[in-house]
Amino acid sequence: MAFYRTLSALQGDLFSGKTTCKQVVQDYLDNIDRNKSINAFIEVFKDSALARAEELDGQLINRQPQGKLFGLVIGIKDNIVYKSHLSTSSSKILTGHRSIYSATVIDRLIAEGAIIIGRLNCDEFAMGSSNETSYYGPVRNPHNQEYVPGGSSGGSAAAVAADLCMASLGSDTGGSIRQPAAFCGIIGLKPTYGRVSRYGLMAYGSSFDQIGPMAHSVEDIARIMEVIAGADDYDATSSSVKVEKYSERLQEKSTYKIAYYKEAIENSNIHPDIRSAAMKLVEDLKSQGCVVEPVSLKELDYIVPTYYVLSTAEASSNFSRYDGVRYGYRAEDAGDLDSTYKKSRSEGFGKEVQRRIMSGTFVLSAGYYDAYYSKAQKVRRIIADKTNEVLSSYDFILCPTTPTPPYKLGSHQGDPIAMYLGDIFTVQANLVGVPGISIPVGKTEEGLPIGMQFMTAKFQEGKLLSFCNQILKG
Amino acid sequence: MELTVYDKYEAVIGLEVHAQLLTKSKIYSADSTEYGASPNTQISAITLAMPGTLPKLNNEVIDMAIKVGLALNCKITEVNEFARKHYFYADLPKGYQITQDKTPICTQGHIEIEVAGKKNNIGITRIHMEEDAGKNNHELDPFFSLVDLNRAGMPLIEIVSEPDIRSSDEAYSYLTELRKLLRYLDVCDGNMEEGSMRCDANISVRLKGSTTFGTRVEVKNMNSIRNVKRAIDGEFKRQIDLIESGQEVLQQTRGFNPADGSTAALRSKELANDYRYFPEPDLPPVIVKQKRVDSVKSLMPPLPSELVEKFTSELELSAYDAGVLTDEKDIALYYLDLISKTKNYKAAANWIMGEVKSYLNQNAIEIKDFILTPNHIFSIIELVDKGIVSSSGAKRLFEAMIEQPTVSASDLAAQLNLVQNSDTDQLKSWAEAALQKYPEKVLEYQGGKKGILGLFMGEVMKISGGQADPKSTNKILQELLNS
Repeated sequence: MAFYRTLSALQGDLFSGKTTCKQVVQDYLDNIDRNKSINAFIEVFKDSALARAEELDGQLINRQPQGKLFGLVIGIKDNIVYKSHLSTSSSKILTGHRSIYSATVIDRLIAEGAIIIGRLNCDEFAMGSSNETSYYGPVRNPHNQEYVPGGSSGGSAAAVAADLCMASLGSDTGGSIRQPAAFCGIIGLKPTYGRVSRYGLMAYGSSFDQIGPMAHSVEDIARIMEVIAGADDYDATSSSVKVEKYSERLQEKSTYKIAYYKEAIENSNIHPDIRSAAMKLVEDLKSQGCVVEPVSLKELDYIVPTYYVLSTAEASSNFSRYDGVRYGYRAEDAGDLDSTYKKSRSEGFGKEVQRRIMSGTFVLSAGYYDAYYSKAQKVRRIIADKTNEVLSSYDFILCPTTPTPPYKLGSHQGDPIAMYLGDIFTVQANLVGVPGISIPVGKTEEGLPIGMQFMTAKFQEGKLLSFCNQILKG
Repeated sequence: MELTVYDKYEAVIGLEVHAQLLTKSKIYSADSTEYGASPNTQISAITLAMPGTLPKLNNEVIDMAIKVGLALNCKITEVNEFARKHYFYADLPKGYQITQDKTPICTQGHIEIEVAGKKNNIGITRIHMEEDAGKNNHELDPFFSLVDLNRAGMPLIEIVSEPDIRSSDEAYSYLTELRKLLRYLDVCDGNMEEGSMRCDANISVRLKGSTTFGTRVEVKNMNSIRNVKRAIDGEFKRQIDLIESGQEVLQQTRGFNPADGSTAALRSKELANDYRYFPEPDLPPVIVKQKRVDSVKSLMPPLPSELVEKFTSELELSAYDAGVLTDEKDIALYYLDLISKTKNYKAAANWIMGEVKSYLNQNAIEIKDFILTPNHIFSIIELVDKGIVSSSGAKRLFEAMIEQPTVSASDLAAQLNLVQNSDTDQLKSWAEAALQKYPEKVLEYQGGKKGILGLFMGEVMKISGGQADPKSTNKILQELLNS
């Protein structure tokens, strides 16, 4: 069975009558069934997706297809809420939680003709880099099911890579879209902070979180972004900067100035296949007329600690609402309010989430705030200034998305620090608030995908996408 | 008077007042703030802290806080950050309260109070904006505690005074003045019984003349200004008794018991929460430019202090009259309306402070519900000023008007025979009749007993049924007697 890899190909066939939305949805449902072992979906919205497909087919019959994303079959990460549907962030503590409202991105997708096919597995509350912290079990990498798909949007990446849906939404707090995109060989964009409304995204690190699209083609990424991006009254941190028509810029060809971090590429700790893929990309870009120059980032070693201090601080606060009182899991044998909190949270949160709640609580505590939280805020500012300085004289910063290719399931368990260091190249974009994208650039000797990341200045998604399209189209 | 041990000490008091703002919707959501709705009917996904929700700031709150700040002579902060204050409780859905920590919207203000004729400024440390919590109920259900989240997310400002207050009387005056201001500004109804204004008192004692502070105790749960005064009196004595008996005052939070005026420990400092304040990442700082402050200022109603100034200097009322007229905003507005019609400021003041207020008191109604408008009162004043109705007749007219407010004052005066007659011929014939009745008294008058004139006046009034214009009558009587 052949699956559509671009929305325009699908819409071409829909509008010419070669297929129907219902047929397309059915094909995906069948493929999901065949690939249950990947464990990408926590729940498939079979009935509502088919009903929705029929509704859209009705519009086709009347020759009035509505919406820019007409027919797009999309999966959503389980931390994005969809009215009347369960939504758990892959956590036991949200067992049975059915949302009473929809995220802004969901409303916008539906208004433009998308079909939501199900909710996708992820690390619990988006905390993890391997999709192994999910209460619903790990997701497996479609390229080799013994390997992790990356995280935290592991289900979102694996589902697209395995053709279980055309595109997906993920969320990215420290690399959670780009790293699994790299591990699964697809494209994942973390937009500028504030570009896409966070309303309806269960918060992890509020000043870092962004929802973003994951897909096979830059074109689809661009078209989804045109729909989901833009100011939202319900998110005070969303930006009112005008949303570009990204898809109309994709054919632009230009030569750019690109910076890369010497420390990141010419470093023996980076997997040799990734290093050589990066070197090759540098040479290719040069041969196409781009200026590609090494720059240095002295603060590289501080990026991961800074990120973990601040993101866990915010998380410890954001997760206070999961208290067993109003929704989700409540320990049955709790006697009073205090024990309701303690038992529900101890039983409801997984180990990694508890670890981060405790770290975050610690860094905000009286007596430690200045040493950790305040200091990390200052370092964040310095890293932002340095990064923006580079981006004022270069169009893009290039570096591998990850220092290593996908690893085997279970191989990093028990070593959280090693896992955290895997975020070294991705967290910078979140600390600074700039957009970052991971694109597939080849495979390792073992046949596992390799992703390269480009960052650019805030709100320059248009330029970033047209450049990536240029690279991928050769 | 004999001095007691308590006279050696003075109280050092700072007050924290929470005022619920009269906005239509909550501070971080569009939920209604209407009072008295059924439990848990004003709760959207945001109020419930559903996963994924974000706060949405109500800008009206900023303007109201600025108003209060200006009225309290504060500096208005330009960059206003919000902060999260963390604690777990069933009435706090997010597990944190969105408040302000390091950048309160107003700072460094003061308010003038008066105790026994002595005026004094009390410093205002800060005013910050925050959200209210819900309400827990432990009585309604025998097995469960119930939570009503209608109040969760209601907008509050917290007004924190400097520890400048030295007695329960000063605290009483501070709260009375503050409440008056809040009501003038229409930002809070000031109802302490219903909890829309709440006060916590920080109290310590020290020997008079000392410049160091004693150990501070925070007292909560006072539901009236009078009870704040009682709590301070009780706490003042309790702390001195401890010190005098060689014991230590513990830093703690105590609850006030309105039944006997005592306080009891709620929690000690060791058990205090670590609130883990940090900047609220979901709300960008609100930048308040001078232009916004100016525009809020231009829309502010006159404040009581400004009105007292205007009434005493421009209208030449006494300080006492000005105080009475500005005590309540609606009375002051009524008066302002009235004096826009008549230049007889003193008469207008007397009417409101006299007949109007006593009618309101007797019938226990507010001036906003009073059936007579300033126009009515103006028409009465006008009839008196023109000599058409006497001042005693005016009082009867006022009473009649309340019964028949749609009838014009002059028609009503005519109906009631209250129109004074100043027709000279008529007056002359009444006067002659009166003099004829007392020929000996006329002789006595002409013999020098000028005081007898009053007797003739009374007789004219009697004959005329009160209609004779006293001024003209007086003149005519003198002319007749002296001719």
